[in-house]
Amino acid sequence: MAGKTLYDKLWDDHLIKQRDDGSALIYIDRQLLHEVTSPQAFEGLRLAGRKPWRLSANLATPDHNVPTTDREKGIDGIVDPVSRTQVETLDRNCDEFGILEFKIKDQRQGIVHVIGPEQGATLPGMTIVCGDSHTSTHGAFGTLAHGIGTSEVEHVLATQCLVQKKMKNMLVKVNGRLGAGVTGKDVVLAIIGKIGTAGGTGYAMEFGGEAIRQLSMEARMTICNMSIEAGARVGMVAVDDITIDYVKGRPFAPNGEQWDAAVAHWRTLHSDDDAVFDKVVELEGADIKPQVTWGTSPEMVTGVDGLVPDPANEADPIKREGIVRALKYMGLEANMPITDIQLDRVFIGSCTNSRIEDLREAAAVVKGRKVAPTLKQALVVPGSGLVKAQAEKEGLDKIFMEAGLEWRDPGCSMCLAMNADKLGQGEHCASTSNRNFEGRQGFGGRTHLVSPAMAAAAAVTGHFVDVRELTH
Amino acid sequence: MRAFTQHQGIVAPMDRSNVDTDMIIPKQFLKSIKRTGFGPNLFDELRYLDEGKPDQDCSQRPLNPDFILNQERYKSASVLLARDNFGCGSSREHAPWALDDFGFRVIIAPSFADIFYNNCFKNGLLPIVLEEKIVDQLFQEAEQAEGYQLTVDLAAKTVTTPGGQSFGFDVDDFRRHCLLNGLDDIGVTLEDAELIKDFEANRRESAPWLFNVAN
Repeated sequence: MAGKTLYDKLWDDHLIKQRDDGSALIYIDRQLLHEVTSPQAFEGLRLAGRKPWRLSANLATPDHNVPTTDREKGIDGIVDPVSRTQVETLDRNCDEFGILEFKIKDQRQGIVHVIGPEQGATLPGMTIVCGDSHTSTHGAFGTLAHGIGTSEVEHVLATQCLVQKKMKNMLVKVNGRLGAGVTGKDVVLAIIGKIGTAGGTGYAMEFGGEAIRQLSMEARMTICNMSIEAGARVGMVAVDDITIDYVKGRPFAPNGEQWDAAVAHWRTLHSDDDAVFDKVVELEGADIKPQVTWGTSPEMVTGVDGLVPDPANEADPIKREGIVRALKYMGLEANMPITDIQLDRVFIGSCTNSRIEDLREAAAVVKGRKVAPTLKQALVVPGSGLVKAQAEKEGLDKIFMEAGLEWRDPGCSMCLAMNADKLGQGEHCASTSNRNFEGRQGFGGRTHLVSPAMAAAAAVTGHFVDVRELTH
Repeated sequence: MRAFTQHQGIVAPMDRSNVDTDMIIPKQFLKSIKRTGFGPNLFDELRYLDEGKPDQDCSQRPLNPDFILNQERYKSASVLLARDNFGCGSSREHAPWALDDFGFRVIIAPSFADIFYNNCFKNGLLPIVLEEKIVDQLFQEAEQAEGYQLTVDLAAKTVTTPGGQSFGFDVDDFRRHCLLNGLDDIGVTLEDAELIKDFEANRRESAPWLFNVAN
């Protein structure tokens, strides 16, 4: 019999009941909650007279609607009354049901996918869900983690389970080593460019290969975060020393004898050598260049030395029409060099790229330089209050501010523009977020997805540039 | 949940692949704490020429005349015909809520994004996967004949054209059962409460660190 994949192991370890109709009941270890996708779930519980199954499995924080300025004002700092109601509703629900919440003024508040790992609330071997598609981020720790809808948030609150059907197994292998200046963000964008935005639909996607093994936990989180942009709800990386070192000493992490027992189990969380995957994709790490998206889907991506594509070269009529529409929306000409794209704003932040390493990489590029005068704004939004404090301890805030970037308070911010941080119509933004969909960062806004280093390079030049030319 | 057994309705063909959930319902409308009222803002950025705001009277807004749902013949559509990877991106259940609130009951496409597909079933909305060449044929027929309707039978798992041509489709037995009977799946799961308790107790024993609270 063939060995098991990491996904097979995690699935088997959480399987409560296999039903005759092919569905299965899966136990959920951790649920993360935020203000946007939980109010209707709490309301559903209340209407049905149900209580949360296991309170301590849940951890909540407001992140999507929170302003990134004037944090000391707390909820009163939320100008939009509709946003404020949503954050207040989360507070009220967590207080009423007794769920641990890092409220807006708590230093531990931040983007759910940043604070889970930061607190050790994300542990290897867990099943983790959240009403947010970027829950795949947590798979970097060898967990089975994915986004769910609000009805399922209610289902997990009420039963600590999900009804699931097992997915297929996919391995994305990145061989060899990455070139200098090439980051986790470039790796995942290159993967999406290769397999397409639906390439992982129906699969649990494991990232492996030497290049992945060399990466830090934070880079692995960036990669797993965007597996959903390749269609895969679940992204995963096997546990190794890097994982275990990262978890050690965090508030929710075990210690003493429990730690030893946990580590012994975590060491088994990898695909067996003879495991069989339904699909395998390979990339050479050395071939991956800094990436920039030019269109309105994350698969519309190329190396920074590339050209905006010409729809005339696309044979498939539906794809050709998609390119024509994207170029029109983005205000770009076919065949123009990516480095000719002029920018209006830069956004460094989001659950993809707002951790301390991301901020260090960006700061290293802007240090001693100035934001280009043609730019209207360059924002740096740390992923949590603790990331912010760490960055300030290292003096990164000063480097950013001296260069002319704005140093803000933690939240989702301009990744989806539910708060006051947004693009104006027609504005081009170099963004470290995860989606370049039409209108995502503001009505009529034009998003280009890049790594933090590439966003920083764009900030100081006003257009895209290969960051390696600035730093090497 | 509302049960779904059979449905016959007008078909709106939306000829565009990778329709994401941001497009289905933009973020400013996710600030609502209700499940209803999203219909007027379905496809907001495609449907109107101005920028939509929450709690606005949409009847006064300038419509995009090129958008499919603004054409008289599709205004009462309840079957959405779509292209590959419909519903990709954000997990927001507001997307099926908005489609439902507008009046859609069925979405047919060659493929759907996983989370969206799953969310539909929780809301009495039926997503149907048909082969691309069948979808192509339905696009042609729907565009040619005004008032074109399809009949969907979930029990028989068929989609039938006005000409009487019938196509079978696949759907998981569990999802089909819940939808046909309008079942609350939390109630179904709680029938196994004892099993869940036993599983949890074993887990607490074998992996106690998973039950820790913060140090």
